Amino acid sequence: MDLKTHIPQKLKENFPDVNFEVSDYKDELTIKFDKRHIVNVCKFIKSDSDLLFTFCSDITAVDWSTRKNRFTVVYNIYSMKNDFRLRLKADVDESDCMIDSVSSVWQAANWQERETYDMYGIKFNNHPDLRRMYMPEEFEHHPLRKDFPLMGIPGSLPLPKK
Amino acid sequence: MGLESYIKDTGFLTTQLNAIIGWARKNSVWPMPMGISCCAIEMMAVGDPKYDIARFGSEVMRFTPRQCDLMIVAGTVTYKMAPVVRKIYDQMPDPKWVIAMGACTSSGGMYRSYSVVQGIDQFLPVDIYLAGCPPRPDNLLHALMMIQDKIGKSKASQFKNITIDDDGIKVPELNVIQKN
Repeated sequence: MDLKTHIPQKLKENFPDVNFEVSDYKDELTIKFDKRHIVNVCKFIKSDSDLLFTFCSDITAVDWSTRKNRFTVVYNIYSMKNDFRLRLKADVDESDCMIDSVSSVWQAANWQERETYDMYGIKFNNHPDLRRMYMPEEFEHHPLRKDFPLMGIPGSLPLPKK
Repeated sequence: MGLESYIKDTGFLTTQLNAIIGWARKNSVWPMPMGISCCAIEMMAVGDPKYDIARFGSEVMRFTPRQCDLMIVAGTVTYKMAPVVRKIYDQMPDPKWVIAMGACTSSGGMYRSYSVVQGIDQFLPVDIYLAGCPPRPDNLLHALMMIQDKIGKSKASQFKNITIDDDGIKVPELNVIQKN
């Protein structure tokens, strides 16, 4: 069974109204689709007895700066049964900067989504505890955005008095 | 043969109070090991028998700031960590000294980034800046010896348990501890 053709095929059968963009680059399979379907697709891909993508290794995002859909949220998931790694992608625009949380599917997504929220400012709907991961809670910016200066914004992080 | 052989019955010494207090202080500097990252490994090495900080009377690494004279800030201080470092410094009783150990602590080092304080002298009075990434244990011993020189030369009367609060009013050090 060739998973690289099998996975997209299976997804297309089960989600006929979703447009999947499949790419196979450097032997890595990436599937991109609309962010509205993220929870359903993840649920299916985790519970399907052929696929069993039970391990969510990482969730992060990409900031394309000036592009129309400014952010892409990236999910790196792994199937222990098939020893296969898969990458899911979903575009998020700055004007509607939110996506549904998959922490109900994978518990591990909880902190990874918090990290993505901290660094990019993408909100995850229905997340049980969406707080910042690294930066202080009163911090107002998102450091991994392309328009954030490397040395930070002066005065945004208070220091104790000398 | 030590001093004992010169002392018959009950001998006595003449000295200045400043001199003997300075001598006692500089040979019993108790460090607060503020080990935040990799420099702390070298700081631990200073305590082992090879380098042996006990030769300088500083082997008692106290993990409570109340019993310390010298804070060795060993590691990268982030903006999130800075209030913690300052709070521990404030809890140390006077007189107290600070070694900024390593490049990160002294200047931010290779972490030229929004999250790292570019030198702890922005919020702490630093006595010694110790170069290196990380500094070798003997470098830390050298820094300790320089601190000892500084302590030995200073006068006991220079240290008073007085600090200045936000309104510019002098308050006893005790209040600083309670404020935290």
